Order: sequence, then structure tokens, then C-alpha cells
Amino acid sequence: MMRIPFAAAVGLVLTALYFLAALLAPLIAPYGMAEIVGGVWEPSSAAHWLGTDNIGRDLLTRLIYGGRTTIFIATAATVLSFTTGAILGFLAAVLGGWADQVMSRAIDLLMSIPTLIFALVVLSVMPVTVPMLILVMGLLDSTRVYRLARAVAVDINVMDYVEAAKLRGEGRGWIIFREILPNALSPLIAEMGMRFIFMVLFVSTLSFLGLGVQPPAADWGGIVKENKDGIVYGIPAALLPALAIATLAISVNLVADWVLNRTTSLKGGRG
Amino acid sequence: MTDALLDVRNLKIGATAYPPGEPPQEIEIVHGVSFTLEKGRVLGLIGESGAGKSTIGLAALGYGRGGVKITGGEVWINGRDILKGGIRRLRDLRGAEVTYVAQSAAAAFNPAKKLMEQVTEAAIHHKKFSKAEAEARAVALFGKLGLPDPETFGQRYPHQVSGGQLQRAMTALALCPEPDLVIFDEPTTALDVTTQIDVLAAIKEAIHDTGVAALYITHDLAVVAQVADDIMVLRHGNKVEYGTTDQIINAPQEQYTRELVSVRSIQHEEKLPSPDPVLKVDRVTARYAGTGFDVLKDISVALHPGQTLAVVGESGSGKSTLARAITGLLPPTDGSITFDGRTLSPTLAGRSREDLRELQMIYQMADVAMNPRQTVGTIIGRPLEFYFGLKGREKRARIQELLDQIELGEGFIDRYPAELSGGQKQRVCIARALAAKPKMIICDEVTSALDPLVADGILKLLLALQKREGVAYLFITHDLATVRAIADSIAVMYRGKVVRYGSKTEVLSPPFDDYTDLLLSSVPEMKLGWLEEVIAHRKMESAGN
Repeated sequence: MMRIPFAAAVGLVLTALYFLAALLAPLIAPYGMAEIVGGVWEPSSAAHWLGTDNIGRDLLTRLIYGGRTTIFIATAATVLSFTTGAILGFLAAVLGGWADQVMSRAIDLLMSIPTLIFALVVLSVMPVTVPMLILVMGLLDSTRVYRLARAVAVDINVMDYVEAAKLRGEGRGWIIFREILPNALSPLIAEMGMRFIFMVLFVSTLSFLGLGVQPPAADWGGIVKENKDGIVYGIPAALLPALAIATLAISVNLVADWVLNRTTSLKGGRG
Repeated sequence: MTDALLDVRNLKIGATAYPPGEPPQEIEIVHGVSFTLEKGRVLGLIGESGAGKSTIGLAALGYGRGGVKITGGEVWINGRDILKGGIRRLRDLRGAEVTYVAQSAAAAFNPAKKLMEQVTEAAIHHKKFSKAEAEARAVALFGKLGLPDPETFGQRYPHQVSGGQLQRAMTALALCPEPDLVIFDEPTTALDVTTQIDVLAAIKEAIHDTGVAALYITHDLAVVAQVADDIMVLRHGNKVEYGTTDQIINAPQEQYTRELVSVRSIQHEEKLPSPDPVLKVDRVTARYAGTGFDVLKDISVALHPGQTLAVVGESGSGKSTLARAITGLLPPTDGSITFDGRTLSPTLAGRSREDLRELQMIYQMADVAMNPRQTVGTIIGRPLEFYFGLKGREKRARIQELLDQIELGEGFIDRYPAELSGGQKQRVCIARALAAKPKMIICDEVTSALDPLVADGILKLLLALQKREGVAYLFITHDLATVRAIADSIAVMYRGKVVRYGSKTEVLSPPFDDYTDLLLSSVPEMKLGWLEEVIAHRKMESAGN
């Protein structure tokens, strides 16, 4: 049987831990999310493993709930950006000509505006709710996915096997989902690992700037914002979310690399 | 120590294999091969792909390509073992004592530098000649190799000369530093037959005049018979037979060598045309969008049911474009295509599913003609499902039946294309075309990427299937031996026009037009001295004019 390489195993365990913690947050968090349980910035103790935050809430609890929000939003936005981006990109490659030109130039137009500024402008006029955050982040990011998907699909579209399918009389659906998609999967998966992390950073940035997840709900960017003043006094509370993001980033990409290696094999190695 | 220039003793070469899902394995790809080469002699290394011939050739430079390692044995050149002494000694050797001519000159030349700079580089670098001397030598070599304007030829960039000229420039590059040994790695394989003969004659003359020794690697026995003094036949990294060219061609000892020599001896009785052709191409003219140049000019040919029409010509003659016009991928600007009595829509979108089903296509490169992510079962099963609505057990039974027809048997249905050999891949493509129960199949150079013996098997299979299923073939090829083996009628194409068209006997019997004569006389024959005969004949003719 297939042995899981050490690096991938580490990645799998850590990623699973993060996602489990996110799913089971209400069960494993020692206190309530917004419950004030101690003094301001208490150091770590048996009661509060990571200490307390700027208004006396348990920091571990906040991190667990924050992870739940952050990971949920990032996952949903990644799924949205990949479905829209990949389908539109494949379609542009298969249709070619005018349709491709119109779509690609429209995407170029969107990409010419810095993403963060674009998101800030949109979110300052729209109500900042979780579905709105996911929609804005997902659609803005799908421009990147579109370009990758289109570039990959253009190459695949000229292969003889796609021509053979066209000569057989196959419709666009079969060509996109059965001929192109399976062959474009490897670069897309590699990109997905990275895009997910960008999403985590993106939602954290928005929250830090006050236009993301709204208090009292916790998220990693928000925790940094709330505790940033503590750094002056040597309180490490604001650095813990950074550590969480870093470990999550590495472990997710270890898993993505491993999946990538397996999908690259053309000899039926796909699980 | 012998006085041989090159003495290879018990050479073993290994590589690392990466089977999916298992740890990497060390495998041996050349199992103890020995041979010697004396000054001024030419040794031909011949075998099918994977025989290890290029690997052995590169080992004479002390080089292993892409993770290939020399694991044992000795390679003596000029009385010293080049495998001992490290990279510095190898650097002195390469490009000075031993030089290399690659298969694809177009890929081997740096497109950003002028030819002269590249041809003289090794000679100057190794301080064999000064810049002026090296350039004088290069000009002399250009002249000897029959390149136009030898004085100024070196001032051109690689893209400014033709493929045949570039291959000759590469030979000049290899001969410029006055090496003792030149390794020719399939130098004419990528060229058209009409170009190949010139390059071959130029190489042979250059070898003869400079007195250099050469290793000539090729898969084409007829080609190597023209240039080599001795031939070594290789298979799966083992020496099969080693002897003089005369002995190998005229009195082969081993079964495998005999097969190689007698390849393409398929006999095919020409069939008479019937009154109703299955395909009628009438005065078709076509051009690619955005160009003002007709790639097909006024083409009229017909194909009769159960017969084979061979379309021959060199690259760029428009034969594959003709296939694209017939399939509807390139709508003709003028003329009509009649299929089975009905006029076909010029565009793919305008054709009915029945039109598409009855006209199938097989490609040159089976590798890219099959989706690498689909199993053989899916690849062959899709047309069954698509055209006939077959499902489940019924479909699987029919797939197995088709697999039996292409002689692949059990156990292939769940394999991926990457798990098949080149010949097996092409067979699966044939099965995919057959699955649609077509009236006609377009075969676009289906055997040119295959080894001779494998290609032979594919041709025999196609003929057997034609007999049983009554399917007609439009067979596009540049290989006249294939044409002789399978065609009922022939169309010779040159620069977008059909220059000669008729039944096989008509086309292949004199009087010939100039182009057909050139094409026919350029096909290497499996006999000694053929090259000299043709060249002498051509010289006589041009002198007579």
C-alpha cells in the first residue's frame, strides 16, 4: 500500500487538528467565547493556558473560536473562487475568440485595482456580514484562478485527444469536465493550497482593519487588533494568531504537495 | 591495450526508475556491452527505442543523460580510460577528441547566436585552432558538406537556414575541432526522405575525407547500411549481433536481425476501384484563417469502399491539412466533399452525429491522442456509449471484443495510457476508431512514431481489420515503403497540389514526373552501395541536362 511520507503525515495531523478544533469549538473551548473570566492580560496559568486578553477573556478560547471563523470564511471563499475561476477560465479557453477576449479583458480590468483597496471600498458600502465577506473575497480571488485555469486549459485544448473528442461530436460540458478538468487538476491543487492561505491572511487583514469579522465574534485578525497595544508592554497575546496562521499555512501546503504528487502520476495513482 | 581508437569493455549503465507508489529502484539499462572501433571506421549502432543505443553513444563521451549513470565497465579512448580521471579530463575530451551530432539540430543550436560562432566555438575553446584558422576550417567544411555560399553561410542565424542545412551545419560543428571520433545520434531521422539523402551523402563524404571514426546511431537499418563499415544490433541493452555491414544485411545470423532486415516486406494485392467511392474530394481549396496563402490548391481525389488511398508527400506538402479539411476542422474555401453519396457540411458544427461516426481518425502521436487521465476502458467505451448508447455489462463485453480484435486481450481495460507501450497505445487508438463502426478512417502518419517492427505489426493489423470490417483508409504518410505495403491508390502531394494520382501500379511505374522520381529514388533501400548508385545516377542526369 501507499505509504504516507513523513512531511505529509505531519501536515495531515496538524491540518486535521485545526479543522477539528474549528468544527468542535463549542465542545473543546474551556470558556464561553465572549465570557470575561479574569483580569486584563493575565499571564498563562493552569486556569488560562495562554493567559487572558485585553478585556480579560480566555485567550485559548478566543483562538479556538477565532480559528473557527477564520477557517470557515477562508474555506468557503476558496471554494467559491475556484469554482467560479476555474469554470470561467476553462470556458474562455474552450470558446476562444471573442468570448475569450471579452472575459479576459474584463478580468484584467478587475485585477488592475489592488485587491485590498477594492475589498475595503466594497465592504464600506455593503453591510459587513459573513456571507458578504465570503462573496467579496471569493470573487476578487477568482480573477487569479481564472488566469491560471485559462492558461492551463488553452494548452490542453489543443491536444489531439481534445480534438478527437470534438470530432466525435462531444459537447462543451464533456470537453470541460471530462477532458480538460482531470488534466488541469494538478496545477489547480497546487494553487489551491496557497490560495487558501492567502484567504486566511486576507480575512485577517480585513478584520484587523475593522472591516472583517465584527466583534464580539472572534477571528485571528481581530485578536491581533484587540491585543496589539499589549506588545508595547511585552504581552505576546497579539503574536499567537500569527503563530497559528504560520503553522496552518505550512501544514496545509504539506498536504497540498502530497496530493499534488499523487495526482501527477499518470499510472492510476489517484486515490 | 589494443591500438583501437575506441574500446568499450563490458559497459554497464544504470538508471533510477520511479514506479508509482513504490520506492525508487535502481535498474540496469545496458548489460555489459563491448566493442572496438578503429581509426577511420564507422560503426552503426542500431535498435528500436529503449535498446540503449543513444545511451551507449553518449557513454563514449563519458556522459549519462537525465539521471543515467555508468555503473561498470571501461571506455578507452586513445589509450586511456575516460571513466577514470574525473570531470576535468572529460572536459578536455569532449568537443576536442570526441564530438557529438544531435538528432534535432533545430533544438541543439542556440537561436540567438550566428552559426559561425557556434561551429567554431569548441575548436577555439580547446585551443586547437586560432579563431581565423577555425573559421577557415568551418568555411571549408561548409563547402565540403554542400552548403550554399560557404563563405557567408556562417553569418546566418539558425532560423535562417533549412532543417537539412542545419543538420549539415551541426556536422560541420562536430568536425571543426578535428576530432578523432564523432557520434552521430539519429542525424537524419527528423528529415524528409528527399532531404535525408543529401545530408546522408554529405555526412558520408565528410567522414571519408577527414578520416575520422564515427559511431552512427539510428533505428533505420537501410540508412546505416549506407554509411557504416560495421553494424552492432542492440536490443533491451544487450548486444544481439555484431558484424560487418555486408554480413548483417546479407547474411544475418540472429532471428531478431533477420526480422529487422526483412521488415516492410508485406505484400498487398491492389484492389480495383468500384463505381461508388465512399469519399469524393472535389476541387477543394483551403487556407488558414488570416493568411493569404492556399495550403490546399484544387485537390480532387476519391476513396473506394474497403480500399486504401495513400496520400504521400514531404512535410509542408499539405497532406495533414487535407485530413483537417475532410474532417471539418478546417472548412475549405472552395470545392465540395462528398461522403457515402451525401455532401458533407464544410464545418464540423454542421455535420450530423452519423457523419461524425462514419468518419473516424487515428493520429500520429498516440501519446497525445488519448486522455492520460482516462483508462483504456473509458477511451474505447466512450464512442460505444456516445453513438450506440451501450451501457454496463454490454459495453464492457464490446470493449473486450474490440481489445481482442486489436490483439491486446485481457487485463488492458483498466490500464491508463502511460502503462502501455507505443505500439499498444496506437492499437488502443485504432480500437477507439473501430468502436464507432466507421465507413472510413483517416490515418495520419500512424506508424511514423513507431519502431520498424512495431509499425509493421500495426500495418498488418490495419490490413486485417480492413479485410474483416470493410473499412476504407485515407492513409497519410511520408514513408513510401508503407505506401507500397498497403495502398490501393496513391496521391502524391507537393506544395499543396496533387502532382500525381492513380492506382498504385500507375503511380509507381514510369514515366515519372520530376518530383515523384525524386521522392521514389530517395527512399533508402536495404542494400549496400545504394546511396552511391543514386548519387551517381543523379549526377549523370544533371550532367545530361
